[in-house]
Amino acid sequence: MTFELFIFYFLAGVACISGVMMITIKDPVKAALWLVLAFIATAGVWITAQAEFLGLVLILVYVGAVMVLFLFVVMMLDINLSIIKEGFTQYLPIGTMVVLSIAAMMYMVLGPENFGLEVTGAPVMHPADYSNTKAIGLQLYTVHAYAFILAAVLLLLGIVAAIALSLRRRPTGEVLYQDIDKQVKTQASDRFKMVKMKSEFEEPIKPKEEEDK
Amino acid sequence: MIALSDYLIFGAILFIISMAGIFLNRKNVIVLLMAIELLLLAVNTNLVAFSHFHNDVTGQIFVFFILTVAAAEAAIGLAIIVLVFRKRKSINVDDLGTLKG
Repeated sequence: MTFELFIFYFLAGVACISGVMMITIKDPVKAALWLVLAFIATAGVWITAQAEFLGLVLILVYVGAVMVLFLFVVMMLDINLSIIKEGFTQYLPIGTMVVLSIAAMMYMVLGPENFGLEVTGAPVMHPADYSNTKAIGLQLYTVHAYAFILAAVLLLLGIVAAIALSLRRRPTGEVLYQDIDKQVKTQASDRFKMVKMKSEFEEPIKPKEEEDK
Repeated sequence: MIALSDYLIFGAILFIISMAGIFLNRKNVIVLLMAIELLLLAVNTNLVAFSHFHNDVTGQIFVFFILTVAAAEAAIGLAIIVLVFRKRKSINVDDLGTLKG
């Protein structure tokens, strides 16, 4: 077994074990953390397939953004942990059977007799100074430029949809809201009135000695 | 030398693990969403492996776009979960069966 193969099997094993832990563990916070480990191990697997840019993007975007978002939401919701695994054992036998049969079928198609090294041949190994990022960038900004712009629009749509869904307007009276239009339109004359009047004059208090006499 | 079948079988194992997660976790929508993320990751692994063995970078560009879509999907899905929780005080899948009639 070469060192490369050892790295691959190690990372793949870590990813599979953390995947199993993710679906069996009770606490959703711990499930999210196991999923983070699965993502990191898979990023390593991608790097062994010479997809360095995507491996790093997986860590930055998925572990850095999406999983933190998941953890945020999990911690905000008050989840009842006692009922969360009800029915797990009920579906376990049939679920395992279905999954194992699908796995057997997948192995028959994807196994070494169809996609082994003797069938596919060895992949092209790039030299150490080969830039995977540059290769992706050259294709992405020329051939796939429209798709790239569409992806940007899709992300904008995601922002708008997430904000529109989770924005909460409670009825007035329960909370007081700022009405910016009203605030901008307000003139000084609406708030106080200038009144013409004579100046008030107060009689001076007489000295005390005159009162005593 | 890592064979193509190794990558494909790794992707298949990840795929069936996350599929089992969707079968078994009938109470928690958040774990369902996480299982969907793992499912997409397994599919992306296949694309990366084929891109490596064909020496064609298009597969990696495909993965890039799938990551974009998955990020948007996760954001909107979590927003929907927050809305559901606010209305029902629960994210139990069985409590959300009002469309059954």
